Amino acid sequence: MNSLLNLPLPFLILSFITILCALYVVTSKNPVHSVLALILAFFSISAHYVLLNAQFLAIVNLMVYAGAIMVLFLFVLMLLNLNKESEPIKSKLWGIAATISAGMLLLVITAAFQKSGVAIYKGNAEDIGLVKNLGKVLMTEYLVPFELSGILFVSAMVGAVMLGKRESNSESLIDKSNS
Amino acid sequence: MQLLNIFNSLDISHYIYLSTVLFSIGMFGVLFRRNAIVLLMCIELMLNAVNLLMVAFSEYMGDAQANGQMFVFFIMVVAAAEAAVGLAIIVMVYRNTRKTDVSFLDSLKD
Amino acid sequence: MSNILIILGLPLFGFIFNGIVGKFLPKSIVGSIASLMVAIPFFTAFGLIGELGGNDQLSINWKAYTFLTLDNVPLMVSFTIDRLSIWMTLIITGVGALIHLYSTGYMKEDEGFYKIFAYLNFFVFNMLLLVLGSNFLMMFFGWEGVGLCSYLLIGFWYKNVDFGKAARKAFVMNRIGDLGLLLGLYLIFSNFQTLEYAEFSQQIAAGNYSPNLLNAISILLFIGAMGKSAQIPLYTWLPDAMAGPTPVSALIHAATMVTAGIYLIVRNQILFALSPFATEFIMWIGLATSMLAALIGLKQTDIKKVLAYSTVSQLGFMFVALGVGAYSTALFHLTTHAFFKALLFLGAGSVIHGMHHEQDMRFMGGLKSKMPLTYWTFLIGTLAISGFPFLSGFFSKDEILAATYTHGVIPYTLLLTSALLTGVYMFRMFFETFHGSYRNEKWDINNVHESPMVMTIPLIVLAFFSVFGGLINLPKYLSDSGALVNWLHPMLPIMEHHEIEHSEELILLGFAVLVFLIAFIYTRGVFLKKNTVPSDKETGLFSIMRNKFYIDEAYQLIIIRPLEVIGDLLHLVGDGIFLKFFTFGIHPILLYVSRLNKRIQNGNIEFYLLYMIIAVVILLGVNLIFF
Repeated sequence: MNSLLNLPLPFLILSFITILCALYVVTSKNPVHSVLALILAFFSISAHYVLLNAQFLAIVNLMVYAGAIMVLFLFVLMLLNLNKESEPIKSKLWGIAATISAGMLLLVITAAFQKSGVAIYKGNAEDIGLVKNLGKVLMTEYLVPFELSGILFVSAMVGAVMLGKRESNSESLIDKSNS
Repeated sequence: MQLLNIFNSLDISHYIYLSTVLFSIGMFGVLFRRNAIVLLMCIELMLNAVNLLMVAFSEYMGDAQANGQMFVFFIMVVAAAEAAVGLAIIVMVYRNTRKTDVSFLDSLKD
Repeated sequence: MSNILIILGLPLFGFIFNGIVGKFLPKSIVGSIASLMVAIPFFTAFGLIGELGGNDQLSINWKAYTFLTLDNVPLMVSFTIDRLSIWMTLIITGVGALIHLYSTGYMKEDEGFYKIFAYLNFFVFNMLLLVLGSNFLMMFFGWEGVGLCSYLLIGFWYKNVDFGKAARKAFVMNRIGDLGLLLGLYLIFSNFQTLEYAEFSQQIAAGNYSPNLLNAISILLFIGAMGKSAQIPLYTWLPDAMAGPTPVSALIHAATMVTAGIYLIVRNQILFALSPFATEFIMWIGLATSMLAALIGLKQTDIKKVLAYSTVSQLGFMFVALGVGAYSTALFHLTTHAFFKALLFLGAGSVIHGMHHEQDMRFMGGLKSKMPLTYWTFLIGTLAISGFPFLSGFFSKDEILAATYTHGVIPYTLLLTSALLTGVYMFRMFFETFHGSYRNEKWDINNVHESPMVMTIPLIVLAFFSVFGGLINLPKYLSDSGALVNWLHPMLPIMEHHEIEHSEELILLGFAVLVFLIAFIYTRGVFLKKNTVPSDKETGLFSIMRNKFYIDEAYQLIIIRPLEVIGDLLHLVGDGIFLKFFTFGIHPILLYVSRLNKRIQNGNIEFYLLYMIIAVVILLGVNLIFF
């Protein structure tokens, strides 16, 4: 515990919030609550980014993840009307299996880390995380992946639209539920 | 802007632990939740844990070119695309089975 | 060298020629060629006797080529003609030629006519290989070759399964003896680095090797001789070998092949002379064999079986002679035995031929008037083997008895008893076959006829030698020649050491004559009556004797049955478990395992996720722990 309290306060608080929210995401019965908790988690992670000298990424994280993707999730939830769904909880056996697996993973990775060496902090330039510098790197080194990601987006979009398209023959479920 | 010498006492190991814990929580959620949408959300959580670790390493290794942060960029790209397509699929499945329970998607067996 | 080529090559050529084209040639040509291929070597060898006359030219050698080189020692195909081998050659080709001639008449109606002559020639070739070889390797080739020919010839009438079994029995028992022989050869090679007779004997004589080694080698070689020359315990194949045609029995199992064991021991005289334990062993085995065989032969009903047991018994005599150190005497008896035993077998063949293949003596009788030539020659043979004074068998047997006497009284007494029994069973056979009343119901007596000339001429020739053959080696009290022994002396340097007083020798002579008289008078009294019908069944001790003392059955029970059981067991284990299990048994196992594995693919997404995660964990963990 002593070593824990030696950590700087911001880090401690932020980590605490993150982990708490993550736990609520996976255990909550109400899916909407899960979404909201995840958004909160994203906020705290963005704060971590700020701590780590990645300011641009923090904002982008908020905009893309919390702003767009989570909103998308909420939309779908609303669409499917899964408000207070009481989904059947899996058997206790599953819970135990899942806990063990996840715990094993945790164990193994930390053990792997213990085995390896410890990094020495090498500082970075102060303004590495600013848009200007990031943009420079993006447009020079990572140009091709950049373009490719554009293509990726296009294909995802097309795919999503195609998947969501209703067949002309089949009745829409909304009509069914209305009638 | 760097915060006030915070890294004198903060080591990379703490970030590694944090990220690993988040990842494991996400993994637990993937195994435990039956709702497809919440499943996808847990995956997003795992991705974010990885992002955090990437940025932490980028900072601690003195990355002059911010390779870590660039990679996080692209991870976010992929995550977004994946979320979109995944949700579209879930909607389709819901249309056909009126449920979002993944345990009913077992017609792939022989 | 060309002489050796003639002697060896002609029979081989006869074999190949008759084997390949004999089928399409008329029988007379096949028979004459085969006989010539044996007769010409005889005359060649005869001519060579003169060359080996002087003391300086004792051998003609021919080293043909190196067969293989082992441990830097070349094993060569090489031959040597010296007095010992030329003597054996004379016997083999001489008696062989007569038998070939005989066979042209005996086998006339057989459809495998060309085959038997091919086999006979091949046999002669192998036998000559055996005696003309100058090292153990060639001898072993010939040894195996005659074993093979014995198998081929015994099972000649292959359509009868029992004959095939007899052939197989002969071969297998021979093989058992060969194991001993091979072990002996290995010992010789590893200790003396040579297989040549001359070098081997020189090394033994020069150095002093441990008597245990020499005794071991001697006994192993004797085991080989046991198999080939039908001594206890490997003798039971010889009576069964009578399944072959009679000329075959005459040639192989009377005159030549069974004498190979004797030749082996005589050739390695120096080795055996230095192995007193082994020679003692040989003597006792020879004694036991001759007694046992004589007892069994006393009560047999088949004419050829009596002769077979007689052969075993006489071979026992020869081994006794070897055992007491009378090597050239053994050779002398081998020679005379070849004469009269071949005569007896051919005579029996003549009887069988005339009686239309009846072999049981209980159904013969009164043939004297019908087959006079056969009768008289057979009588001569019987007299010779029983030791009628001044016939050939008398001299050779007497020498052996004398030699045994100097060794010990008990062996002498036993051997004398065996000689008595020999006389008894031989005359029993003679009287039952030729005297008394005709007892056969199937074959009319008027159809019994004398054999043709090709069959009777060999009989006459052999009878001549049976009578006068003893002259080649007269004992000291008659004349000082002892020709054969002296002639062979350079080859067999260890002179018989039997120094008996003249008076003692005469007494022994008297015993031998007495034995003959007792046998003759007794059998004449019992068997000569016109109305005697030989007993069909025997009781008690005689029954045991007729049934060969149940030794065959004992072998079957003690040796063969366990081997069969082991074989079945191994079959079960090897075939059942290893073969069947690993080929057919894998299939159900695989099915079961795959059925278990099928349950993993249940289509359940959550399970798949769990598996994935567990796999990742395991991979990371293994990576962590081991690397």
